[in-house]
Amino acid sequence: MLQVNKRPESLLDVKMHYCPGCGHGIVHRLVAEAMDELGIRERTVGVAPVGCAVFADHYFNCDMIQGPHGRGPAIATGIKRSKPGCIVFSYQGDGDLASIGMCETVHSAGRGENITIIFINNAIYGMTGGQMAPTTLIGQKATTCPMGRDPQVNGYPIRVCELLATLDGSRYLERTSIHTAAHVIKAKKAIKKAFQYQVEGKGFSMVEVLSTCPTNMGISPLDACKFVQEKMLPMYPLGVYKDVPGGKANVSGN
Amino acid sequence: MGEKLLMKGNDAMAEGAVRAGCRFFAGYPITPQNEVPEYMSWRLPQAGGSFVQAESEVAAINMLYGAAATGIRCMTSSSSPGISLKQEGISYAAGADLPIFFANVVRGGPGLGNIAGAQGDYFQSVRGGGHGDYRTFVMAPDSVEEMGNFPLHCYEVAEKYRVPAMVLADGVLGQMMEPLEFRFPQVDPKTLQSPDWALGECKGRKNRLVGSYDLSEGKLEVMTLNRGKRYAEIEAKEVMFESRQCEDAQVVLIAYGIAARACGAALKMARAEGLKVGLFRPITLWPFPKSQLRALADRVDSFLVVEMSMGQMVDDVRLATEFRAPVHLHARPSGVTPTGEEILKRIKDALKAGKGERVCCK
Repeated sequence: MLQVNKRPESLLDVKMHYCPGCGHGIVHRLVAEAMDELGIRERTVGVAPVGCAVFADHYFNCDMIQGPHGRGPAIATGIKRSKPGCIVFSYQGDGDLASIGMCETVHSAGRGENITIIFINNAIYGMTGGQMAPTTLIGQKATTCPMGRDPQVNGYPIRVCELLATLDGSRYLERTSIHTAAHVIKAKKAIKKAFQYQVEGKGFSMVEVLSTCPTNMGISPLDACKFVQEKMLPMYPLGVYKDVPGGKANVSGN
Repeated sequence: MGEKLLMKGNDAMAEGAVRAGCRFFAGYPITPQNEVPEYMSWRLPQAGGSFVQAESEVAAINMLYGAAATGIRCMTSSSSPGISLKQEGISYAAGADLPIFFANVVRGGPGLGNIAGAQGDYFQSVRGGGHGDYRTFVMAPDSVEEMGNFPLHCYEVAEKYRVPAMVLADGVLGQMMEPLEFRFPQVDPKTLQSPDWALGECKGRKNRLVGSYDLSEGKLEVMTLNRGKRYAEIEAKEVMFESRQCEDAQVVLIAYGIAARACGAALKMARAEGLKVGLFRPITLWPFPKSQLRALADRVDSFLVVEMSMGQMVDDVRLATEFRAPVHLHARPSGVTPTGEEILKRIKDALKAGKGERVCCK
C-alpha cells in the first residue's frame, strides 16, 4: 500500500495540549515538515516561548530551550553565535514577540542575525486568559478591554511585518494565515523558505502566521476562521514584506 | 603563565575570562565596567569567539542563557543598575541549571546612584537577586591580580555544580591598574568536554531540552530540593577566605573587595602602634566562611566589619558568629572608599569597648 502522509520525523509522537481549533498544532506540523524536507532536524535548535506554546519544547524532535517571555530572539542569538552550524528558530506568540519582546525582535532583525522566527498572531493573549494583545483589533473585546479596544485608551494594533521591513538587517518577512487549507499550504511554503534562507546564511527571516484562538475569542473554531478572514485580514494583509534573495547575513560566530 | 603584566582591573578580568576559555560575550555599556565589553569586542574575534553588543542588559543575559545552553564558556558583565535588569536571566539560568559566568563592577546606588565604587549589591548577590529559590557562587577579588584569575575558578565551580557564578568587584577595582600574573595555563576550549546536556547537533542521540519549569504537582519541589543538595556541597567544599594576623588579635577586621585593601592599610598602622588587630577577608561571599568566623568568635574581643554599604555583610557576620562577640560596623555607603586612618580610629574605639557593648556606628 502506498503511504501518502505520515507524522513528520521532526515532530514527536506525543499528545499536544492545545485547545480545539487552536492554530499552534497546525503551525508546529508545518515547521516540522519544513525541517524534514530540508534535512536539518539533527542540527536545529528551537526556542520555545512563554504562553500557550510553552510546551513546544516537548513536541519538536530537535534540541529545544525554553526561555523568559519575549527573549526568544536574544536566546537564539546566543545559540547561533555559539553554534553557527546549527539552524536556530524562535517560536513566539503576539504578546511574546510584539509586546514584552519587541525590543529583542527589532534588534535581532536590525543586526541581521541569521535566525528564523515563527510568529503566531491570533490577536489575543491565550494562556493568561484572553487579555488584550498588541495585535488586538480596534473594537475587539478582551478581558482587559471588555468594551472593545478603544484606540483613545488602548492605542492601535501593531503590524510587525511592516515594521521590521524598514530594517536593513531583515531579509525575508512574510505574513501568512492558516484559516483555510489553501492558506495552510502557502504558510508551509513560507516557513520552508524562511528556514532555507537561514541555511543559505542570508540573515534574519520571520514568518507571521495569522491564527485562531476560539477559546479566548469566545467563538467556535469555524467562527474563529471566519474572524481571521473577515476581521484580521483587512488589518493584517497577507504577503511578502521583504525578500532579499541575494543577501548574506551580516554576522558570523566562531 | 609567569609573565608580569600591568593591567586595568576590568581589562584583566576580560583577559582572564578569554584565557579561561570564554568564547562568547554579550553585554551593554554601563560605567564603571565599560572596559570589559570594549576589550572583548576585539579580543574575542581574535581568539575565534563572538562578541555582541546587546540592545539591553535583559537581551545580553538572555544571549548568555542561549550560549551557555550550547555548553561553551561565555560571559557577561555589568554594573549595579544593569545587574538588576539581568536578574531575570540569572534566575532562569539557575532554574535551568546552566553554568553562566557574569561580573558586577558595583557602583553607588540605589537607582542611578553614581559611578564610584561601592558595595551596596551584597544582598542582591548573595541572597539570589532574581525570583525563586536559588544561589549564586560569588567571588570578591581585592586586587587586579584576583580580577584576572577568578574567572577561571568561576567557570570551574559553575560547571561542576551547574550554578551561576559571579565576580563581585567594584568601580575602584575595575578602574585601577596593578601588576598581575595569570596563574594558570591558557584553556583551549577545544580540549573541554562538551557536557551531556548541551544543545546543538542531536545526530545519533535523543533530543535534549533546557528549561526551568515543571508544572506537574510536586516535581518542581523535587528539582529545587535536588539543587539544594548541590548548594550544600558548595557550602561544604568551596569556601575561600584570607586570614591575616588573627592569631593573637583582640579586634578582627572583616571586609571584602576594595574595603579589605583599606583595612590592610589600617592593619599595618595598628600593628605598628602595637595594637593586636587582625584581618579576615571572605573571598567567597556565597558560600560565606561561616565556620571559620564562628571559630574566631570564641577567642577575640570583637569584630569590626568595614563595608562600603549601609551594612549588609555585617548580617552574615552576626549570624556566623552567633553573637558570641560584639560585631561593630564602619559603613561608608554610596561610592565612598574608607581610609586607613578612619578605620584605625574605629579599631581604637573597638579596643576601648573590649568585650562590652557595641561602639557607635557611622
